[in-house]
Amino acid sequence: MQTSALDQEHDVRRILAQYKDRPGPLLEVLHAVQGAFGFIPPQAIGPIAEGLNLSRAEVHGVITFYHYFRSTPPGRHVLKLCRAESCQAMGADALAAHAEARLGVSFHESTPEGHFSLEPVYCLGLCACSPALLLDGEPHGRVTPQRLDALLEEAEAGAGGGR
Amino acid sequence: MFAIDYHDHGTPAPAAAGAPVTLEIDGQAISVPAGTSLMRAAALAGIAVPKLCATDTLNAFGSCRLCLVEIEGRKGYPASCTTLAEAGMKVHTQSQNLSRLRRGVIELYVSDHPLECATCAADGHCELQSMAAQVGVTESAYAPGAVHRPLEVDRSNPYFQFDPQLCIVCSRCVRACDDIQGTFALTVQGRGFDSKIVASQAQPFLQSECVSCGACVESCPTAALSEKSLTVGRPRTHAVTTTCAYCGVGCSLTAEVGGTSDAPQVVRMVPNRTGHANHGHACVKGRFAYGYAVHPDRQLKPLIRAHITDPWQEVSWEAAIAHAAREIRRIQARYGRDAVGGITSSRCTNEETFLVQKLVRAAFGTNNVDTCARVCHSPTGYGLKSTLGESAGTQAFTSVTEADVILVIGANPTDGHPVFASQMKRRLRQGAKLIVIDPRAIGLVRSPHIEADLHLQLRPGTNVAVLNALAHVIVTEGLTREPYVAERCEQPSYQRWKAFVSEARNAPEALAEVTGVAPELVRRAARLYATGGNGAIYYGLGVTEHSQGSTAVMALANLAMATGNLGREGVGVNPLRGQNNVQGSCDMGSFPHEFSGYRHVSDPQVRGLFEQAWGVSLDPEPGLRIPNMFEAALDGTFRGMYVQGEDFVQSDPDTHHVTSAMAAMECVIVQDLFLNETAKFAHVFLPGSSFLEKDGTFTNAERRISRIRRVMPPRAGYADWEVTMLLARALGYPMDYHHPSEIMDEIARLTPTFTAVSYEKLDRLGSIQWPCNEAAPEGTPTMHVGQFVRGKGRFFTTEYVPTSERVNGRFPLILTTGRILSQYNVGAQTRRTDNVVWHAEDVLEIHPHDAEARGIADGDWVGLTSRTGETVLRAQVSERIAPGVVYTTFHFPQTQANVVTTENSDWATNCPEYKVTAVQVVRITQAEAWRTRAAQERSAARPRDAAHA
Repeated sequence: MQTSALDQEHDVRRILAQYKDRPGPLLEVLHAVQGAFGFIPPQAIGPIAEGLNLSRAEVHGVITFYHYFRSTPPGRHVLKLCRAESCQAMGADALAAHAEARLGVSFHESTPEGHFSLEPVYCLGLCACSPALLLDGEPHGRVTPQRLDALLEEAEAGAGGGR
Repeated sequence: MFAIDYHDHGTPAPAAAGAPVTLEIDGQAISVPAGTSLMRAAALAGIAVPKLCATDTLNAFGSCRLCLVEIEGRKGYPASCTTLAEAGMKVHTQSQNLSRLRRGVIELYVSDHPLECATCAADGHCELQSMAAQVGVTESAYAPGAVHRPLEVDRSNPYFQFDPQLCIVCSRCVRACDDIQGTFALTVQGRGFDSKIVASQAQPFLQSECVSCGACVESCPTAALSEKSLTVGRPRTHAVTTTCAYCGVGCSLTAEVGGTSDAPQVVRMVPNRTGHANHGHACVKGRFAYGYAVHPDRQLKPLIRAHITDPWQEVSWEAAIAHAAREIRRIQARYGRDAVGGITSSRCTNEETFLVQKLVRAAFGTNNVDTCARVCHSPTGYGLKSTLGESAGTQAFTSVTEADVILVIGANPTDGHPVFASQMKRRLRQGAKLIVIDPRAIGLVRSPHIEADLHLQLRPGTNVAVLNALAHVIVTEGLTREPYVAERCEQPSYQRWKAFVSEARNAPEALAEVTGVAPELVRRAARLYATGGNGAIYYGLGVTEHSQGSTAVMALANLAMATGNLGREGVGVNPLRGQNNVQGSCDMGSFPHEFSGYRHVSDPQVRGLFEQAWGVSLDPEPGLRIPNMFEAALDGTFRGMYVQGEDFVQSDPDTHHVTSAMAAMECVIVQDLFLNETAKFAHVFLPGSSFLEKDGTFTNAERRISRIRRVMPPRAGYADWEVTMLLARALGYPMDYHHPSEIMDEIARLTPTFTAVSYEKLDRLGSIQWPCNEAAPEGTPTMHVGQFVRGKGRFFTTEYVPTSERVNGRFPLILTTGRILSQYNVGAQTRRTDNVVWHAEDVLEIHPHDAEARGIADGDWVGLTSRTGETVLRAQVSERIAPGVVYTTFHFPQTQANVVTTENSDWATNCPEYKVTAVQVVRITQAEAWRTRAAQERSAARPRDAAHA
């Protein structure tokens, strides 16, 4: 999964060419870069700033403002647990505690071997199926700790990465 | 942290002041222009509303919630910084509820702020401390919780430090960097409790995009960002308003002074918010790089020696002055009155410059006086005087705020004139169009939020061709403003010019091969400048320092006249003057052919005036210019020279030629802060005084006369004007001034453009733009309003004549020179400050293609050879310059960039052609050996024949 620096540079340039003439292109570029690499490599900030005629500080500020944007590679699987009101009311806190214990990490962290990253998310629009989560982009509702274990095992057993 | 003598109004004055509105604040009626914030209105009424995130150099932000007020008839507690004054409002800034709210806010701030005020550099000047005292909070009301401690202090910048533990995240620094400086180097990283101010990508300031202008430091309410010169227990006792002694922007600065009354010390320098040139902004040089004044290299004792090969001998002032006077008279007795001369300095004050030329004309009895402006903006004087009638820029800097199309040619404002550049960039961010004509991709071509609409990357030496091509398009496409020209300009000259520029050979297509600029770009630039609204031209030494420097200045004036872009705000032809007082030194009669106010020495009426005032008869013939002095020295007819504050040997072109001339003289008197390169050829050295050690005035690029004020006594005992007086007295021509104000009074009496200038008025108004006389008692921000100073504007035909400096197989590249932000000219001052951390040596920028063809990698040592000399420096491979062109700066004596420049010069004024030299560049491995060999060849240099005059 590791892309070479050269490929990365090439991809960033391609993304910039695609978006730079749109109004307010920074967020779209950041989404595209994270889409391509799973995170926004710090060394991509210079080219992004240069391409959009912004300062590196501005780009860094935007990236760090949004929790969604990552500056380090994610684990092979990304688990996003909803922590908003409806899910909380339906046991999301217990589910979160279970997830942290099961994976041995806190929110915003990845497991040491890089299998899983655990992220909080605030409302997936699945309030009717609370508590809800996203695993590698796939929504799952009415998740119990047992169901979560099953999902994680399934993901681990499955070939390759999700994302 | 508070400046010690400034009262902050919280928010800026509204950009477009509306009709006055009257409201009541705490029962007090006040009228303010519509668009004024309640906070500012209160401040104007003498009521200080508590605040932390607001300051009057930045737009209101409304984040600290401390400035809440109550407005009768409205619900809630609006922030006074973001609420605008309305007629009839009744505002209360104090109430029990407001006190409670404010105390709550401060308690939260204080809960995460170390309350170690007594050991903090901001103690007594801290806005948080002051606000806490105002609302009655002395300690945190909360149980210990999460705090931002400990965090590491960033001390990477040599002048200031960032201590994030003291930071209240008010964003003033970020906003200052964005809105005032326009660099965008700071940001808030993260959000919520994790929010932290960082530079670039959370890097140390020194490694970030920061240009060290200090705007962030100035705006910080606490000591999170603070000058390293502020230390605990070193109080600032008083403030002195003075003027920066670096570039031609002439920023007004406030020196905050501490120390003892016997030995006062500048503790920090802050830009003056009421300064008319800089409006509270400064750059890394003006704000921080004043330490040279107390550098141990300062030569504080007079020196003499018989021969330049002898060691210096320290003597008393009396002995040095007597020796100098004796030598001048001896040389005059032996070789004639005109065998001596003097050089005034654009670094010294108007009064000092005036005295030196008076000394030369009245005491030496010759007009052999010239100034370093010869080598920079003499073509400006000539070109603008010929076309418009006055030897100066046409606008105030603030005019740029009304420009719609900005044309920058041969200038690099973000490096050379950074504070004005910030103003220009603000206008560009508001949407003004930008045309850059420059061989190099200067910072303005593209930097965060700034992008030139057109960059005409011409070959060095082809300015006139490009300007003719622009004129061709404007005329042949019918874009001239005929009614304007018909009313204001000389018709025959206009018709001649029109016919000339319309010739097919001046079309952009015909000149493309010469200029290297695509014709379509020229056409677009011409249309944009002529039809895009207010067109303002800004230019620098990239225009003047050419064999056709004067022609190019006239070509610019032609363009402005033909398109009606003169005589009002937002337009004009504006030279960006290099030195703090280059305008002033020219105004003061430093040129061999002119008295003060640009009046020819041959005019009997003018000369009579001076003869009467000075009690001597004056020579009606112009004297020698600097290059003529060198030629005459080599001929043996010019033997003695008084040089005040100028370092020719490093700054003037073709160093070999200059040093041979200097070595041929019998008495060279150098008056300077340091034993500079020129002092190596001197027989008498008289210690100079820095701008902190004397009173006087400087005149900046917008003709603005500003006071400098003495902060400390002259370190060597005398201010420069006093030294000139000593010399005059020893020569039997006593001058009797007790204060520079008396010299200004004499200047005013003798100079029509200065008649209403006085120190009293300068103190009252802050600064004055000349002409200042009966017709304009408070000065003249914009010139040529209604009509040109010369009556009708005159067009000159500007035939492009290629320079004789040509590239060929042996010298295939063109060298052009420039400056960098952190260093100043020959670097005598900035090299003696911590500014060297940004630029410790001159480097040669070379395009990747040219580098590759020569096997040169970034950072390699290269030899740079021209027809006149050679030098060694490091290469920097860069796409900023076009293939075929190389670029360097001239700040370091080790480099001696001017060893390679030629003695070609402007046809009208002899301004040297620094900007075009044919060179070859080779990669070398043994830099030291190469340098030694070059130096040996140099010292063996022959006194050259004087066939080039």
